[in-house]
Amino acid sequence: MGKFIKWGLPALALVVLAAGWWLGLAWAPPDREMGDVQRIMYVHVPLQWVAMVAMAINFVVAISYLMKASWKLDAAAEASAEIGLVLGTAGMITGAIWGRPTWGVYWSWDPRLTSQAIMLVTYTGYLVLRRFVEDPEKRATWSSVVAIIGAINLPIVWFSVRWWRSLHQVQSTPKTVDPEMTLALRVSAFGMLFLTIWFLMLRYRQALAERQAEVALPDALPSDLAAAGGANSTRVA
Amino acid sequence: MSPVARNRLIALGALLVAGAGLGFVAFGNIGENLVYYWSPSEMLGQGDKAYSATIRLGGVVEAGSIQWNAEHTTLQFRVADDVKEGAPSVLVRATETPPQMFRDKIGVVVEGTYDKSGVFSSNRLMVNHSNEYRAPKEGEDPRQWQETLSDATAMGAK
Repeated sequence: MGKFIKWGLPALALVVLAAGWWLGLAWAPPDREMGDVQRIMYVHVPLQWVAMVAMAINFVVAISYLMKASWKLDAAAEASAEIGLVLGTAGMITGAIWGRPTWGVYWSWDPRLTSQAIMLVTYTGYLVLRRFVEDPEKRATWSSVVAIIGAINLPIVWFSVRWWRSLHQVQSTPKTVDPEMTLALRVSAFGMLFLTIWFLMLRYRQALAERQAEVALPDALPSDLAAAGGANSTRVA
Repeated sequence: MSPVARNRLIALGALLVAGAGLGFVAFGNIGENLVYYWSPSEMLGQGDKAYSATIRLGGVVEAGSIQWNAEHTTLQFRVADDVKEGAPSVLVRATETPPQMFRDKIGVVVEGTYDKSGVFSSNRLMVNHSNEYRAPKEGEDPRQWQETLSDATAMGAK
């Protein structure tokens, strides 16, 4: 593993994220209506953005795998779905925490929240499918199909607040946000993005090593042994 | 068929399904049947359909319509289509503490039932925030909205 990826990238990510959160928590003004509660924006919004980025990567590598099969693409698909699911879940939790003091409720079945919930369930299902299929090639092909169909939800999540009435407000733009807040948000988002890239690279390497081991020595994998041994022993018992 | 050609066919099929699904959601007018809330004028236009079912009503709090009774902890206000004077509005009675941003002219969504006496009984009061984030103006304290509400509380108690 390159020294930059191992040490440089996480250090860069943490420094930028710390700077962004310092700007957001201490330097930027509070919102005139929400007060300090609004500062959770610097955590919630970057999380949702990078979750979307990870899911979009998952969609692209899933199509690429079907076009030209390679274990690298399959490993990238697994990594991006897992990281995206973790980030999206964290984004939803921070959103609920923000919703209680501002909206008055943690949760409501509005179009944005509902479509995001469907997104999280879809990628959970995607990862479950991956664990269930033993044959690496079938797993890669089938999960690619799920990834492509599941990705239709990404634009729905993004545009839900524009297409339908919702409790969640539409996207802010630099015009609707004070410049200090915009700067803090951008720096936080870049920090979160670097952190996500680092996560993705680590997970990708693990997934690729796993895939190569699976293909090179299919019988040596603990899951196969356990499956075969387990089935036999139950029959004996 | 070679595995490569088969996989590409699968990709094409999956993309077609995904595209059709997205197109249906985006352009299929499903929003007409699945609205998150009705505006006051829409709800009033529903006739009997609006009565007794649990529905959501959304709009803005009519200026000057908030009445808070601290003794019975009941809150009354009117939800209007928009902030213009004379916009269609509905009287809402709520029994819970409103979120701290609740005030005149803010967007709200209430969940509850509408009855024939023309009162909407809300058991869930939500405030929706716009996409604007601004620093407090000169001499403005972000907490003043909370103060406003406690002022209303004091007034209601008199």
